[in-house]
Amino acid sequence: MDISYIILVPFIPLAVFILLGLFNQKIKPAVSGYIGVLGLLVSSSLSFYAAYQYFFVSGKMDGVYQTFIEKAVWMKFTETLQIDMGILVDPISVMMLVVVSVVSLMVHIYSRGYMKGDDGYTRFFSFLSLFTFSMYGLVLATNLFQIYIFWELVGVSSFLLIGYYYTKPSAVAAAKKAFIVTRFADFGFLVGILIVGFTTGTFDFETLNAVSPEGGSLLLNWASTSFMGLSVITWALILIFMGGAGKSAMLPFHIWLPDAMEGPTPVSALIHAATMVVAGVFLVARLFPMFYFVEDGFALNIVAYVGAISSLFAAIIAITQNDIKRVLAFSTMSQLGYMMLALGVSGYEGHEGLGYMASMFHLFTHAMFKALLFLGAGSVIHAVHSNYLKDMGGLRKYMPITNITFLIASLAIAGVPPFAGFWSKDEILVAAFENNILIYCSSVFVAGLTAFYMFRIYFGIFWSKEKAYDHAPKESPLSMTFPLLFLALLSIVVGFIPFSEFVTSDKIGFEAHLNYPLAAIATTVGLIGIVLAWAFYKKENSLSDKYANAFGALYRWAYDKFYFDEIYLFITKNIIFKWISAPFAKFDRKYVDGTMVGIGNKTVWTSEKIKGLQSGRVQDYAFSFIAGAVVLALVFIYLWTN
Amino acid sequence: MDFNSFILMRHEMLLLAIILILVVAEVFTPLHKKTSIVHLSVFLFGIHTAVGFLTIEYGSLFGGMFHTTALIQFFKNVLNIGVLILLLQSADWIQEKIIQENRGVEFFMLLFSSLLGMYFMISSGDFLMFYLGLELSVLPVAALAAYETSKRISSESGIKLILSSALASGTILFGISMLYAMSGSIYFNDITNLTATSNLSILGLVLFFSGLGFKISLVPFHFWTADVYEGAPISIASYLSVISKGAAIFIMMILLFTVLKPLMQIWENLIYVIAVATMFIGNLFALRQQNMKRFLAFSSIAQAGFVLLGLIIGNRLGTATIVYFVLIYIFSNLAAFGVVQAISLKTGKENIKDYEGLYRTNPNLSLVMMLALFSLAGIPPVAGFFGKFFLFTAAASEGYYFLVFLGVFNVTISLYYYLLVVRAMFLRTSDNAIPYFKTKLYMRMGLLITVVGILILGIYSPLYDYIYELSKIIY
Repeated sequence: MDISYIILVPFIPLAVFILLGLFNQKIKPAVSGYIGVLGLLVSSSLSFYAAYQYFFVSGKMDGVYQTFIEKAVWMKFTETLQIDMGILVDPISVMMLVVVSVVSLMVHIYSRGYMKGDDGYTRFFSFLSLFTFSMYGLVLATNLFQIYIFWELVGVSSFLLIGYYYTKPSAVAAAKKAFIVTRFADFGFLVGILIVGFTTGTFDFETLNAVSPEGGSLLLNWASTSFMGLSVITWALILIFMGGAGKSAMLPFHIWLPDAMEGPTPVSALIHAATMVVAGVFLVARLFPMFYFVEDGFALNIVAYVGAISSLFAAIIAITQNDIKRVLAFSTMSQLGYMMLALGVSGYEGHEGLGYMASMFHLFTHAMFKALLFLGAGSVIHAVHSNYLKDMGGLRKYMPITNITFLIASLAIAGVPPFAGFWSKDEILVAAFENNILIYCSSVFVAGLTAFYMFRIYFGIFWSKEKAYDHAPKESPLSMTFPLLFLALLSIVVGFIPFSEFVTSDKIGFEAHLNYPLAAIATTVGLIGIVLAWAFYKKENSLSDKYANAFGALYRWAYDKFYFDEIYLFITKNIIFKWISAPFAKFDRKYVDGTMVGIGNKTVWTSEKIKGLQSGRVQDYAFSFIAGAVVLALVFIYLWTN
Repeated sequence: MDFNSFILMRHEMLLLAIILILVVAEVFTPLHKKTSIVHLSVFLFGIHTAVGFLTIEYGSLFGGMFHTTALIQFFKNVLNIGVLILLLQSADWIQEKIIQENRGVEFFMLLFSSLLGMYFMISSGDFLMFYLGLELSVLPVAALAAYETSKRISSESGIKLILSSALASGTILFGISMLYAMSGSIYFNDITNLTATSNLSILGLVLFFSGLGFKISLVPFHFWTADVYEGAPISIASYLSVISKGAAIFIMMILLFTVLKPLMQIWENLIYVIAVATMFIGNLFALRQQNMKRFLAFSSIAQAGFVLLGLIIGNRLGTATIVYFVLIYIFSNLAAFGVVQAISLKTGKENIKDYEGLYRTNPNLSLVMMLALFSLAGIPPVAGFFGKFFLFTAAASEGYYFLVFLGVFNVTISLYYYLLVVRAMFLRTSDNAIPYFKTKLYMRMGLLITVVGILILGIYSPLYDYIYELSKIIY
């Protein structure tokens, strides 16, 4: 299969970014919107064509999906250890191409309406293009180092877009927080990469993943070096997962995600719901053979538990939040936890690899309906100019399209058949049930919570009591409703894709069956959640407050996000800054700086003293020339011939 | 002489042809059309540079007096690129000169003759050819240094250069005669019986080294540098600090690594001492300079000190890092001199103080200057960083840790004075800042090439691999 044209996919958004970035002031806003959409349309078409080619025409050989790689050497350290730049095409990267293309294209179209009249319109589109380029580069990366470069690039574009309203202090703080927290996690990632490079002598995914269950592979030999009871490779994988947890907002690195909602809503839909935050899941999936085979999947177990705990934790917080974007942010974190735990409980071959497939499936469907939820929320915010539930209510009359599409997305995430979320979530629950009953129970509970909090905001926004609006809210323009309708359509149909035939860990595929008892349980739990939400929030009543009071302390804890932010602040401010940084700073200023300033002063003093040497007279120069030569000659003759 | 030998001497023959064409053209061009010779020169030299990249075979001529290798060819191309940039940067100045004073076309003949001398020098296979090339490369430059006949300081610069270089030539000849006395031959291939324990060999080596050290302006043979740079036209200062120095380093490297290899235990210590002295003296003097040309003169002395770190290890890695560093240095220093040239041409101002507030009025020139200085100082990710980094790793790989430490210390000092200029341009404001002006087309092309070089060369890693591959055969 010829994959060279796929190189264009990331480069078109890059070209758009450079174009819009350089001629920021000279391009009319309307034009820059068109350029952005048009560029992405081309990239998306190429991606879809690539997906069609790969999955249906020429990707399969002897029943196995092949991996196609095209790369060039960028930096060479040793004969084996080198950094390449290139593209890698296999089922998950093609699937990610489709996800990024669909969501990014929809968000581009949507933004033309949403951002209309904003001062930084062109800047916004150039950043969106930068992000899209980086994300394409990330999913196509051929080795750990390349993925790390693009990993940081998506981080930067996320930073730029969260801080898009840079005159707002809260946006600036949120951008910094997101960047610092994820950078901190990426530190672990980088150390992990270096350990892998050092012990195995390669960064290539292709080589690293060439593991076979029979043992005797190179990787298992490398894994024998032990450090503190675990093999070095396991440590590396845990550190790499730390980077993934940072990007995917897993506990305890999740604190940036809710704050990141300060960015424009289309950005939240694209970056903080559908694409960038799944990079962590993608990373684990990319290295799945390593995670699975090294030391019987010790690192994979960590992934499973971190995923399960994050999922539960986020769902509980989501119930209590009043800012609809924050509810969606915690919901995203919770769903990402699902994907992680599915990977964590997955096996490798055939039907064993159900969890892997389910995770990727859920990533795919979640991207569609979560982007839809965010864009719908954006549409609502656009209409009422507030993020808070208390300012909303009864909007179904004013915004029929937003209402219907939001409902579809809510049903999809709540796992009601036949919407997309039902199918993928069901597979995750089956995988969890077959491997770890504890995680299964927690996941079912989370499913109920999910249905409850989603319908809490759904009823709160579109039903409930109508608020006193300054001016009657009206439905958004076509440029915004079209993406809603399109994504709503996808949220219904993508569940029917026979995913297990396309994206599996062993790339062979298997036939997945619906597990009726488990599906029934999950659906029932979901419906209970919806009914409860209906009872609490369809009409404004005091029922919800009563229960909130009944839970008392627990409610407060959840409302304050279990005080994670405060704990971090305490640790950084009161412990690190006060007891570690301050003494160091003092030492630095007094002794280190003092020494350096002293050396500097001495240098200048010497320079002043020797200026007489340069007299300007040629005879002096000639003298020092000859004298220098003679002295050197004499010294060397004396030293070497005696 | 058959066709084959013409091919081997392609660079030399073509350049000679260009010089002759220019002589004829100069005679037959009417006075009011003399400026067209500038275009002709740039055009012809551009072709010459391009032709240089065609690959040909290598070999030796005249019983070994002249020889070429892949590395030598490559280095001639590097020199060509440098001279081409230099021509672009000085074309406007020469044109102005021709219009004002009705003279100046000899600039090209002299410059090309000097370059021709360098070709012969680095291609030489015996000491005679080496010496002839060396002299041919210096004498025209002395004339060029005194090019501005109306300025006293320019004549002074020419005189100082010719006197000092006569002294250096004498020393080199004296050194060569010692080496000849030891081995009875001037052919590089036949000089085999040099020993590190004989007085004669050591004396020959030190004197020879001193003479070449003069060309590279190593301490204590560097005193002429600042005075000559200051007085000479900027193009010539630029030529001396980049092209001339680059060629001298290259031939010194070849000779030390091949002919004088038996004396390695002497010259590695000699280089150690001189490297330390050169880095420190160059940097300490550069700290105090107010005039941009003097400033760049001392900075180029310090840079020469850094190159010695690659020279000291005496192996293939050293060769590759030196060539790589010189290539990057050519781009960086030409960018800096180019900006000085552009500003001096327009306003006549050459002091660091005059550059205050330059960013407000001429942002593009300031950015070029900033890139150039960052590259000279070795700040990543511009090319200069990689050049220095490779030199330091090369020296460290042979265990010269203390020398590397001193090198890094000197980089820190140099950072200070390079940033002084950047600060003047970007952070200071001034009421009489140089007003905005548009550079002419040639100058802009000259600067653009250097900027592209500074930005690309460091990141484009196959280049270093390529040079390393070429370094397989030095001689």
